[in-house]
Amino acid sequence: MPAIDPPGGADGIRAASVAPDGGGAAPAAPASSPAPRPPARLAWREAEIVRVIDETPSARSLVLRVPAWPGHLPGQHVDVRLTADDGYQAQRSYSIASPPERPELVLTVERIDDGEVSPWLAGEARAGDRFELRGPIGGYFTWTAAAGGPLQLVAGGSGIVPLMSMLRHRALAAGGREVPARLLASWRGVGAMVYRGEIAALAGGASDGAGDGRGLSVVHTLTREAPPAGWAGERGRVDAEMLRRRVFAASEAPRVYVCGPTPFVEAVASALVALGHARERVWTERFGPTGGGG
Amino acid sequence: MGGDAREPRAPEMDAELRLDGNAAAGALEELFAFEVTAAVATCEGCGRETAVGALDAYDLEMGVVLRCPGCDGVMIRAARGRGAWSVEMRGVRVLQVKTPR
Amino acid sequence: MISRGFRRKRADTGGTAVPPGQYVTTDFPVLSAGPTPRTRIADWSFALEDADGKEMFRWGWFELLALPATEVTVDIHCVTKWSKLGTRWKGVTFDDLVLAAGRPPPAPFVMAFCDGGYTTNLAVADLEAGKAMVAYEYDGHALAPEHGGPARLLVPHLYFWKSAKWVRGLRFMQADAPGFWEGLGYHGRGDPWKEERYAGD
Repeated sequence: MPAIDPPGGADGIRAASVAPDGGGAAPAAPASSPAPRPPARLAWREAEIVRVIDETPSARSLVLRVPAWPGHLPGQHVDVRLTADDGYQAQRSYSIASPPERPELVLTVERIDDGEVSPWLAGEARAGDRFELRGPIGGYFTWTAAAGGPLQLVAGGSGIVPLMSMLRHRALAAGGREVPARLLASWRGVGAMVYRGEIAALAGGASDGAGDGRGLSVVHTLTREAPPAGWAGERGRVDAEMLRRRVFAASEAPRVYVCGPTPFVEAVASALVALGHARERVWTERFGPTGGGG
Repeated sequence: MGGDAREPRAPEMDAELRLDGNAAAGALEELFAFEVTAAVATCEGCGRETAVGALDAYDLEMGVVLRCPGCDGVMIRAARGRGAWSVEMRGVRVLQVKTPR
Repeated sequence: MISRGFRRKRADTGGTAVPPGQYVTTDFPVLSAGPTPRTRIADWSFALEDADGKEMFRWGWFELLALPATEVTVDIHCVTKWSKLGTRWKGVTFDDLVLAAGRPPPAPFVMAFCDGGYTTNLAVADLEAGKAMVAYEYDGHALAPEHGGPARLLVPHLYFWKSAKWVRGLRFMQADAPGFWEGLGYHGRGDPWKEERYAGD
């Protein structure tokens, strides 16, 4: 993701793109979802922060008002551009956390201490502040309920964000809850767990660490800190053994979405292919070293 | 100092920094009239078929460099100069773009 | 549009003039067109090739280290707008390589070629008279692989994409021809003081 837009200006931007493919699904969205239209041009728009939600000590969600937002597919991202008063610009990509069914656009940003953009988005910024945004972007790492399942999501840290858009969409879309789904989420410790309560609720009120309800099975693993008392989830890094235990079997031919830091995604994707999953049924989005959004 | 610092280091250290074609999607959408990260590209070097979104992305500050995850061959190179995009795709033997039904 | 309260990460250091459009950083960002190459020192060499593609001279690693070494402290400027002041390098100048090869430059241009396939074109006029070196130390330490080690080209008076990482040689050319980025619309020469970022600037 370019840190600074090259000079030269937007020149010769062409007309409408082909609608992004929902990961192989029929392009028509389910009846209860707003039909996402491709933007006429990928132009920078003004986003205003309506509300800030502190998710964890280092992660915040920003609820945005974006005039004439064309809608999006779960899994897509936006580019965010900040301009300082001396003209300095920095640009980063952030996954959309909200489902297309909701009118407000939500980004969840983890603060990277040494980052360019995240210290502002996840620190300084408050309701009423504005920044530039363009999107929605991405036609590869997307899923809609119409694409069907079984749906297997594997998240490393902040990689949960685009997968949460998918889970929120699944809960709201017509026929969404009929798609069997599983989430395996890896975190440093309980303090890093974003959307903890909401994920538990989506899985029918899960006990700490794991849960199963409403067609969604959820398991969390903690990689660095000891789990709290009563933990029903996993411990340690996601490895081939944990994947074999927790992920839909390859014979069930799930659609798998893996997102998080690059080494995590590459290791998980390789292990899944080694377990028999077809490479073309494993979608990946690599966030880089820190897990993205620096 | 000495030889150690100069010897090739473990591939794992590269993995940390590597992004994929998803990160180039914004730039590519300026360039192509269709959403290209969902397209499947066949590598001219080794024949591997990979979605553009899953290619290894490099040097995204300068432009777009997308390499085959199998053989590291350059598949797509692009940069935006003054008034024009330049794109070179000799490393793509075939590009398959799904059409809406 | 300006975002309230957004500042760039690092403030200016000192009153040193930087080329137009640049911002000073104390980081050393890692930008690469490909994965870090894996050439072992025993297999590494640096070559000068003439305009017919014939090898003029080749140095192995320890032979390069045996050539006269030069230390410089220079400012470097990346076309992506960051500048880093006062960077220290050690290596062998282009002049000393040519001297050791025992032949004057046979043509007015070169294409630098590197492990991983990266190339960049330069005029000999931008390499000679102390303007360029093959650098193997940065900041007093062996040049790290992510910054181009074991050795990279250093041409600090031009934008830093010309300071090719993992350089393996220079091929002389009678006529100028574009390298990796130059062929995609970046400027042929890249003088930061004239803000020569893109072709036509």
